[in-house]
Amino acid sequence: MSNLLLGMSIVLVIAMFVTALVAISQRRLSIAILAAGLVSLIASVMFLLLAAPDVAMTEAAIGSGLTTFLFFFVLGRVRGESDD
Amino acid sequence: MIKRFTVLLLLSGLAAIFVSLALGYVPDASLNQSALYYAENTVSDTGAANIVTAIIVTYRGLDTLGEVTVLFLTAAIVGLVLTRGAKAGKGKPMMASGELLTTGAGLLVPLILLMGTYVFVNGHLTPGGGFQGGAILASGIMLVLLTDPMKEFSHRLISVIESVSGLTFITIGGLGILMGAGFLDNSLLPKGTLGELFSAGTIPLVYSLIGLKVGAEFSSMLVSLSETEGS
Repeated sequence: MSNLLLGMSIVLVIAMFVTALVAISQRRLSIAILAAGLVSLIASVMFLLLAAPDVAMTEAAIGSGLTTFLFFFVLGRVRGESDD
Repeated sequence: MIKRFTVLLLLSGLAAIFVSLALGYVPDASLNQSALYYAENTVSDTGAANIVTAIIVTYRGLDTLGEVTVLFLTAAIVGLVLTRGAKAGKGKPMMASGELLTTGAGLLVPLILLMGTYVFVNGHLTPGGGFQGGAILASGIMLVLLTDPMKEFSHRLISVIESVSGLTFITIGGLGILMGAGFLDNSLLPKGTLGELFSAGTIPLVYSLIGLKVGAEFSSMLVSLSETEGS
């Protein structure tokens, strides 16, 4: 593993850790959902660096795409319900 | 206090495991035996340019069949649980979607659907394949649902797509036995030239079917979720 790759991985891992902490500790749900999606996105870049493009694609499509959408969708429903 | 202590203990235990794993990591100097086999023989065995796809669809086709079955069961159970008590009338209108989302979705949804189709049709050439393509298709459907929660999708169409592609997948697998090549073997069709769209035997066909099936299953889950009125 070259030095550049190692440096990028370390930066990505730190970013992933920070966004994961944000996702856990953030009180506002929409920001927490976005942070959780971001964790998946960084993880998919990580997979790409580790030469696993197929896994990266799955992670990007399901982890950061579908799940984030789904969370927002459910959040919208829950808010809509609690209005009445 | 005890709770916090337990969490700390758990975290430090996990950290110890990971640190020892990371410190003891020695990169392999060469591929192990099965990886070596796949790397050397995939092209001559299956004609697929993407080794991962060749493994998923042909060498480990049975496992893929299992995965698809698990996903099918999940979709069926979600449909069973969520459609019971639905149809309570189309209720109050939801919050209107913003102008930005509506306009953006009109532009993006066709592109997302095209991208999903591209990913699973080219599964044997480029990274990605049925599962990824299906998930991308479903996120297109999800975007439509976000824009217009009242939009009605035909459940019949979704289930017809799902069942036809599932049945065809099994039929192709079974034909493999009849032709004497083995279950889910890809040599029913000619292998063609490496790197072309119509190559690698039945792999593109099977992976496209898997893509349609996975997309239909995810979509059916999303659609039945959106149709549920809060109980």
